[in-house]
Amino acid sequence: MNTIATTDPLKTRSRQRSTLRGKLQDALPQIVLAPSFLLTIVFVYGFIVWTGYLSLTNSKTFPSYAITGTRAYERLWRWTLESDPPSSWYTSITNMGIFGSLYIGICLALGLLLAILLDQKIRGEGVLRPIFLYPMALSFIVTGVAWKWFLDPGLGLEQTLHHMGWTSFHFDWIKNKDFVIYTVVIAGVWQASGFVMAMFLAGLRGIDGEIMKAAQIDGASSFQLYRRIIIPLLRPIFLSAFIVLAHMAIKSYDLVVALTSGGPGGSAWLPSNFMYEYTFKRNEMAVGSASAIIMLMTISAIIVPYLYSELKEKAR
Amino acid sequence: MSGHSQSASGSAVNLTRWINRTVIYGLLVFFAIVYLMPLFVMVVTSFKTMDEIQSGNMLALPQSPTIEPWLKAWGEVCVGLTCAGIKGYFWNSIKMVVPAVVISTVMGALNGYVLTKWRFPGHTLVFGLMLFACFIPFQSVLLPMATILGNLGRFGNSLEDTIGTSLGFGNPTENLVIVHVIYGLGFTTLFFRNFYEAFPSELVKAAQVDGAGFFQIFRRIMLPNSLPIIVVTVIYQFTNIWNDFLFASAYAGTGDAMPMTVALNNIVNTSTGVVEYNVNMASAMIAALPTLLVYIVAGRYFVRGLMAGAVKG
Amino acid sequence: MRTFLTTTAVVALALGSAFAPARAADVKEVQMLHWWTSGGEAAALNVLKQDLAKEGFAWKDVPVAGGGGDAAMTALKAMVAAGNLPTASQMLGYTVLDYAKAGVMGDLTDIAKKEGWDKAVPVALQKFSVYNGKWVAVPVNVHSVNWLWINKAVMDKIGGTQPKTFDDLIALLEKAKAAGVTPLALGGQAWQEATMFDSIVMSTGGSDFYKKAFNDLDDASLKSDTMKKAFDNLAKIVKYADANYSGRDWNLATAMVIKGDALVQVMGDWAKGEFVAAKKAPDADFLCYRFPGTDGSVIYNSDMFGMFNVPADRKSAQVALAAATLSKSFQSAFNVVKGSVPARTDVPDTAFDACGKKGMADLKSANESGKLVGSLAQGYGAAPAIANAYKDVVSKFVHGQIKTSDEAVKQLVQAIDDAR
Repeated sequence: MNTIATTDPLKTRSRQRSTLRGKLQDALPQIVLAPSFLLTIVFVYGFIVWTGYLSLTNSKTFPSYAITGTRAYERLWRWTLESDPPSSWYTSITNMGIFGSLYIGICLALGLLLAILLDQKIRGEGVLRPIFLYPMALSFIVTGVAWKWFLDPGLGLEQTLHHMGWTSFHFDWIKNKDFVIYTVVIAGVWQASGFVMAMFLAGLRGIDGEIMKAAQIDGASSFQLYRRIIIPLLRPIFLSAFIVLAHMAIKSYDLVVALTSGGPGGSAWLPSNFMYEYTFKRNEMAVGSASAIIMLMTISAIIVPYLYSELKEKAR
Repeated sequence: MSGHSQSASGSAVNLTRWINRTVIYGLLVFFAIVYLMPLFVMVVTSFKTMDEIQSGNMLALPQSPTIEPWLKAWGEVCVGLTCAGIKGYFWNSIKMVVPAVVISTVMGALNGYVLTKWRFPGHTLVFGLMLFACFIPFQSVLLPMATILGNLGRFGNSLEDTIGTSLGFGNPTENLVIVHVIYGLGFTTLFFRNFYEAFPSELVKAAQVDGAGFFQIFRRIMLPNSLPIIVVTVIYQFTNIWNDFLFASAYAGTGDAMPMTVALNNIVNTSTGVVEYNVNMASAMIAALPTLLVYIVAGRYFVRGLMAGAVKG
Repeated sequence: MRTFLTTTAVVALALGSAFAPARAADVKEVQMLHWWTSGGEAAALNVLKQDLAKEGFAWKDVPVAGGGGDAAMTALKAMVAAGNLPTASQMLGYTVLDYAKAGVMGDLTDIAKKEGWDKAVPVALQKFSVYNGKWVAVPVNVHSVNWLWINKAVMDKIGGTQPKTFDDLIALLEKAKAAGVTPLALGGQAWQEATMFDSIVMSTGGSDFYKKAFNDLDDASLKSDTMKKAFDNLAKIVKYADANYSGRDWNLATAMVIKGDALVQVMGDWAKGEFVAAKKAPDADFLCYRFPGTDGSVIYNSDMFGMFNVPADRKSAQVALAAATLSKSFQSAFNVVKGSVPARTDVPDTAFDACGKKGMADLKSANESGKLVGSLAQGYGAAPAIANAYKDVVSKFVHGQIKTSDEAVKQLVQAIDDAR
């Protein structure tokens, strides 16, 4: 604990000034943080508790507050095991696995690559940067339509290449129940990778130039420089990017709806679609709430150990 | 910039360098083309007539370009029963987005500052809890939040009865600001905390010894060095809040508060009648102009060498 | 950490505030939540807005489009949770009953008595607009889903005639296929597939069977061989769709028929709105037939305006809205545009085209003979949980996740059971 956080100077001073003003001064950082923390506790954790409570009731269209047991979880559990024909829940969670890992992995790799390329003192950075970023700016309500066309074999890429003479080209993933989720990955990566690039770029620009210079003088090749020195320095950015991507992956509701309207036979559903469908469309709020709770528990099983190791290490 | 390496070390080095540059530019241009493809489709579509859209190829350039769709999207298209184009909804969105972005960014910056430079026992747990909060599905907060906002509205009404002004409580725009600030805090705190993590603590310590206070250090030392991360945070918050549909449609669906996304959705997401793709695409691009503007303007601040004493190259 | 928690608590108290009781807003206006944002529908609704303006009521529009009303219903739930009740909201079938059960709907019985709605509105619809003897909603229209929409030029080219049985229909589709036209314009989205299946079930088992299986949710009917045969028929008909049907929007499928790229679409009468908008006339450019084997029956759904329990000072506006909605002139004007038929059986059919006239006559006779049944796919057969479970099964069968009709029946029974 040799960071400034031990606040030695402050403590020394506060001993001198035990007035109310002095005490307030000492508590100032915590007073500044407190409203945010409080809002989070109430509006996030409070609501999670509320959702958890509802999952144990028989809530349908509206919340009902009489505990009736774990029927919602029993149904979800049964659906989890129902793979042929796949239940909507089974489809949702397997899709989450495919989508989540590909989306996060590709976005991180592509974002880092683009950031490093852009950081090579190239001309036209000011033009290229917004090109990679702009997909985030557009609402998927409409870019979904553009992508839908582009991926539609009768309208888009396939037809265009056929016109150009490549008639054997075949690309109908968006119509195929086994591949539709990969088209969601493509559109998702297109949308988010530019932002990941921006985060890495901010990180790269925050790195002390002296470190780079010193390493270069030592004769390190660019590849070694990045692998040994720069990428490790970007670790906190990886954490930020991972959290942002993971949260977007989990909440990719509009993406699926705009691009595939759920896919053939509901084959493109993600858990967020399931949750929304059951809570709002099917008026089975208890099931929707239970799926939200299961999602949160799954996320925490993955995220919490990661956070723990990341934050623990930092606190050295 | 690239021409300053006229060194004597020989043409081999220059050749390698030339190959490197070619590869770098080649890759960048390739990705740029791929990323631009959907935008290209949208732009060409927005300048086509409906006949051409229905008969022609999606990637073809418009044969008889027309700006009619843009004019219609701007001033004539119907949002529900009001047919005055999309222009009126800019202000609704802006008066919601700007305060929400500013408040959440400032709070995030302060939180990040406290969590890295003024640590207290348990700071990791506090940060962890705020971080995990990012993962709450918005669908499941929609109803309890609505209940609370409803109560705020009633509180505002009673304020109006007693002191003559509701102080904005219950106003749909203000409700959205509250919601977006709350659910944006996790991210803004995350961005700043992880950025400040790498910020040299020695500078803060030195300032403390010189007698600078909490806010003084923040303003004089932290903020001036935070431009890249402010850019990232603003971009993130601005886009997310601008493009939010779920909260906006649930809490502010009426005409006088309706944000841009809800209006756009009402234009685009119709399922009957001939879908005017050209107008839809034009509307979408108009609706995205502020975000694009933020990207281009804010992007300029991505310059290296902001860190004190860290000027590179 | 403890000091931090203490600080947090102190700040919480500082920010805490007391809530005072509600205060009623006082405006002479109707606040209307709906998802009719496309050109024709919005124009039709505008008629209502103007009717009300004449009586001095302002119209506060709350349009939320998307997902056939899904987004609007989510917004409605949030509004109700916040206690901000709109004057009225567009609603479908069982949703009205859910809200009525929750006690947030208003009571229009006085005006209903005065205007004689009990007699004018078909009994089947009153199941949804009347709750516990109180009028809580007014129907705007009646749609029916058991229609075939056929391009006349293509029909003439292949020398087809009106199919009277399901097998006739298959033979007709076969003819089109041989002539190189896409026989069936299908939009491969769950609700469209289920809407088509509604007609197939009625065609296969008759109107009573449909009612038993899809309105009364009778287990024996759901499990029956007739249901299995209906799934077999569905498998037969889907083969005649083109390769790219998956995920297609319904209006794009209608456009295929309008342009002559496809012969027929099985769709509700809102498809007629598309033909009309494209300046096509019934009998000259397109044909509207009842789905073979369902003539004389009507599988309906209806758009309703649910009326909320607003404070007394907003009540007069609400009553005016309800009365204007069910007025004969509005019913006629609106439904001519929308493709549907009036929700009261005593409206003159003079303004309607041939298909509209047939629809009105069918509604009247079906209402009298008890063959007016609610569409399960459209939320008028059973509660949303069941209706959507049904759509899942049909869609999974069409797209091959469920491979046989035996399995489909088993899944249907299970899914409906789960959702009960």
